[in-house]
Amino acid sequence: MIGLVHYLVVSALLFGLGVLGVLLQRNLLVTYMSLELMLNAANLALVAFSRFNRGLDGQVMVFFVITVAAAEVAVGLALIVALFRRKQTVGVDDLTDMKL
Amino acid sequence: MSQTFPWFILFLPLGAAVLITLFTHERRELSARLSIAAVVVSFWLSVLLFTDPRAADPGLTLSVNWLNVGGLSVDFGLLLDRLSLLMLLVVTAVAGAIHIYSYEYMRSDRSFSAYFAALSFFTFAMLGVVLSDNFLQMFMFWELVGVSSYLLIGFWHDRPAAADAGKKAFLTNRVGDAGFLAGIILLWAMLGSVNFDFLAQKLAEDPRRLGAFSTVAGLLIFCGAMAKSAQVPLHVWLPDAMEGPTPVSALIHAATMVAAGVFMLCRVFFLFGATPQWPAGLTWLDGISALEVIAWIGGITALMAAVIAIQQNDIKRILAYSTLSQLGYMVMAVGLGGRTSAMYHLTTHAFFKSLLFLGAGAVIYRLHHEQDIWRMGALRHKMPLTFGTFLLATLALCGVPPLSGYFSKDALLGRAYEQNVPLFLLGLFTAALTTFYMFRLIFVAFLGRPRSPHIEEVREVPGVMVLPMLFLAVPAALLGFWAVNHYLAEQFSSIPPEPVPPWYEQVFAPFQHLPLVAFLGLGAIACGFFAAWGIYGKASKDPLPEKLGGLARAMRNRFYFDELYARIIAVTQELLADFADWFDRWILAGVGVRGAHGTTEFFARLLRLVQTGNLRTYAILFGAGVVILLYALLTR
Repeated sequence: MIGLVHYLVVSALLFGLGVLGVLLQRNLLVTYMSLELMLNAANLALVAFSRFNRGLDGQVMVFFVITVAAAEVAVGLALIVALFRRKQTVGVDDLTDMKL
Repeated sequence: MSQTFPWFILFLPLGAAVLITLFTHERRELSARLSIAAVVVSFWLSVLLFTDPRAADPGLTLSVNWLNVGGLSVDFGLLLDRLSLLMLLVVTAVAGAIHIYSYEYMRSDRSFSAYFAALSFFTFAMLGVVLSDNFLQMFMFWELVGVSSYLLIGFWHDRPAAADAGKKAFLTNRVGDAGFLAGIILLWAMLGSVNFDFLAQKLAEDPRRLGAFSTVAGLLIFCGAMAKSAQVPLHVWLPDAMEGPTPVSALIHAATMVAAGVFMLCRVFFLFGATPQWPAGLTWLDGISALEVIAWIGGITALMAAVIAIQQNDIKRILAYSTLSQLGYMVMAVGLGGRTSAMYHLTTHAFFKSLLFLGAGAVIYRLHHEQDIWRMGALRHKMPLTFGTFLLATLALCGVPPLSGYFSKDALLGRAYEQNVPLFLLGLFTAALTTFYMFRLIFVAFLGRPRSPHIEEVREVPGVMVLPMLFLAVPAALLGFWAVNHYLAEQFSSIPPEPVPPWYEQVFAPFQHLPLVAFLGLGAIACGFFAAWGIYGKASKDPLPEKLGGLARAMRNRFYFDELYARIIAVTQELLADFADWFDRWILAGVGVRGAHGTTEFFARLLRLVQTGNLRTYAILFGAGVVILLYALLTR
């Protein structure tokens, strides 16, 4: 029988993978995908809680998160494209202008 | 009628000043007319008020509550009694004459409107001092008088001497005002009010109320009068104030501002009725009352200023020292308890001294700002009306019967004779000196031969200037017959005064009252006159410097007061400045500013190293931050 714990373990694994991706990957696009992964890990946890608590709140919440995430992806990708056009790179280590 | 008039009298000049400053600044004629109209209406209302029998007796106080701070409740009140009604009349009459005179005198000045605004503002401030019914309000107007006199003395501020003179007057007055304010605070702390009537009543009930501070309080209050009325040692500003336009000298430094000190002493005379006592550390001064100090300071000022006046060559400075000397008389009279005679002399002096200044102004106007009497001479034929009024005022100042000064000076010397014989002799000697230096001025400047080629072109001044002089000449000559002392005695003395005798008997009244004083007074005048005639009747240059040598030099240099003060200020200020410099350099700039700045910068440089610009570093730090925060929240 698959219970709440299983879902949460998967969610935690996905989240951990996302964190590692953000911290270790050098490509901005991959970093961005890892961020999305973290977001969806959280979504999974929400849906799981919602299902096992016999409520709909979490699921409704997830719809909103997905909507916002879609908008966020549109903006984020546009930014990355613009950045690439200017710098001709998406390597995180090459983009070190954010300091004094 | 008497309810609203005082407010109009006080605020009309202020209204004129505000209107001129805000709206009519560009229109010279209109500004001058506004200002003159305001003060003339004030004068007329003062006359109406003065003749209204209900105003003087028993006096009237109009007040509105002004401010309440803690335990202090202050009214903005107008106090009308014989003292303030008389003073109102003097101030508005002299100010009116001088406003009209200025219309011609200042005509060619480019700041014509500003001049009239300042003059009106001064009149407002002075009337405020006269009408105040409590210490705080009086102090406020007192300061306004100081400010407006600063504006007027330094009116020609592009001349460094005038700007410096304004500054000097203001700063010297500040010294006295500090004492005045301390006195007011002391009185408030001891008696819980600043209202004159209330204080007078408290002290009348129990003269010991002020305890050990009675003398100190009296002397602190006197400090204010010492600066405003230019008594030794705070007299140094008055001669320098002659840098202002001459009508200003006539108004401020003859009739009003300098009289404010004497007026204030008369107003708060109840203070000196307290039992004299010194605080613990100063008991060795026991037996000296505040009034004695005041009397002696007045006497010394009178004598010293008269001595200095003998060796001055600037026509306005002679008059300035003469003013000092006469103010010394008045302060001496107050110190001897003679409020009536002090105010009597103040009244007559206001008229004849402002007349003298206006005469001097007329001469200066026609001689293109030449003020050295040794470059004048023979003006008698060129300016007969000016000479006539000037001579009349001189005779009044010397105290020649039956002119106004004769009566007031006799009253004053009579008071001194009854109270304190050394001061009487000092006053008598000063009277002789007064006649001497005034006739020196007359002989040198108006009689004799022309001493400069410009004299030939001199003409009489225009009617706008002559008229105020003639207007002032009337009271300067005849005021004595009006018996101001009888008018004031109704308020000041408990004994009802004798009825005023008819005018022809008044002339001889001093001889019947105290014949010795009257004869000695006339003798002093004669001595002074003949000495001046003998020395200056035909002199082409001043013979005194050769005869007196060093003394004459000291007199010409005003006994080196200015130099002494400059030295004292240089030493003390240098020390203070050195300390302030050290404090600023090491404590404020060093520890304070550089310390704060250095610490901030050090940490800023340290924290800067954390910012690498690497996205992953930021992500790690951010993640670590979230973990720490969560940990903190969850394990709480």
